[in-house]
Amino acid sequence: MWNALKSMWIIFLHMFHRRVTVQYPDEKPYIPPRWRGRIILSRDPDGEERCVACYLCAAACPVDCIALQATEDEHGRRYPDFFRINFSRCIFCGYCEEACPTDAIQLTSDFEMGEYDRKNLVYEKEDLLIDGPGKYPDYNFYRVAGLAINGEGGKNKGEAENEAPPVDLHHLLP
Amino acid sequence: MSELAHTWSNVVVILIFLFSFAALLSWIERRLLGVWQDRYGPNRVGPFGMLQSVADAIKLLAKEDWIPPFADKALFVLAPAVIATTTLLAFAVVPIAPGIGVVDLNIGLLFFLAMSSLGVYSIVLGGWASNNKYSLLGGFRAAAQMLSYEVFMGLSLMGVVMLAGSFNLRDIVAAQEDLWFCIPQILGLITFTVAGIAEARRLPFDLPEAENELVAGFHTEYSSMKFGLFFIGEYVGIILISAVMVTLFFGGWLGPLLPPLMWFLLKTFIVIGFFILLRASLPRPRYDQLMGYGWKVMLPLTLVNLLITGAIVLAWGL
Repeated sequence: MWNALKSMWIIFLHMFHRRVTVQYPDEKPYIPPRWRGRIILSRDPDGEERCVACYLCAAACPVDCIALQATEDEHGRRYPDFFRINFSRCIFCGYCEEACPTDAIQLTSDFEMGEYDRKNLVYEKEDLLIDGPGKYPDYNFYRVAGLAINGEGGKNKGEAENEAPPVDLHHLLP
Repeated sequence: MSELAHTWSNVVVILIFLFSFAALLSWIERRLLGVWQDRYGPNRVGPFGMLQSVADAIKLLAKEDWIPPFADKALFVLAPAVIATTTLLAFAVVPIAPGIGVVDLNIGLLFFLAMSSLGVYSIVLGGWASNNKYSLLGGFRAAAQMLSYEVFMGLSLMGVVMLAGSFNLRDIVAAQEDLWFCIPQILGLITFTVAGIAEARRLPFDLPEAENELVAGFHTEYSSMKFGLFFIGEYVGIILISAVMVTLFFGGWLGPLLPPLMWFLLKTFIVIGFFILLRASLPRPRYDQLMGYGWKVMLPLTLVNLLITGAIVLAWGL
């Protein structure tokens, strides 16, 4: 009986304690910089799509929420014909970002993605693609990759940044 | 104003006030629980979230009114009506202030006890008619709980009756002009509080409902407005027990300065707040603990109280 009264008194005193609730829509919570939120596709500093449609993100995705189809432009650069993320399945694990060899797919700190219609949660490429380079402002995959690109603004083997010229296999001297 | 018009206006105003306050009480309870658990509670709908109860009511009305095919249909429909009716009927004898109140029965207290006991039929029938194991368990518990708590609920009030010399609630309030009965009848007050909580099936004595063991106890199968009637019945029950407790032990409408109606409402609200505080702080006892507590502690306590009060009344010839 005494215990019951004492606990009631303690609970009553909680009336004067500080509230722990964060009044969310009025009061925004602190979002850590490495928060894994809405997924975006970034562009390189030249304004081209970074994604090379290698399917590694789709392979890494544990819930299979990423779907894409690779295609090539006239310069021989690969890019996704369509790129679709079903955010009603996405668990925001960040594995796609880890798997991406070109830092194209990135998770941002936005988490306010509520929709009334479930279908609106399927994001197409134009919904995902942003104008900037995202977290890596200077990184340009085609400038460092040893892939030849045809046409104007293209490059040959050995012309990429930090890339040694190709080895002549028919030359005997080291 | 003629006598009849006076009575009818009383009935209508009290009924409307009761219903709206019972609905509002769900919001008050959630806010108070929030306050005591270091959160805010519902504060979005309307000013301070007061319209939350309106939103809840709209939601309840919009739900599908479903009667399970395996249920006993007649009883299933009857059960929620019983609890709402009996608690509202019991409120008829509560003297709110001089001139405010539905009837002035000379057996008011007995009528209150009878009506509040009838409420258990609703729970038992609802549990039985649902034809669901959890509901049935809830109904059984309600029956056993009422058996053990009705006994000393009535007895705990007999001390008050002895001191006041009347079953009429208005006379009982009038008898507290000098001293509220909460002081000479402190044992009666304690036992009646415990019995009242059990009667209103509030935590910590909400064993018929016991969400964490019995899904939702006796009203597991109920939906829509049938559930709403159980809900209203429970909240009107809380108001009823609080109002009766105020009438019997805390001098009803008596008090200085403020008008009688204000005093009555204020006291009732404090008792309701106390009930909610009980819910916020105490865990639910085990079933056998509850029964044992009723029969082995509370019943002897009321008998001792009765004995002492009787002796005092006899000795001083009050």
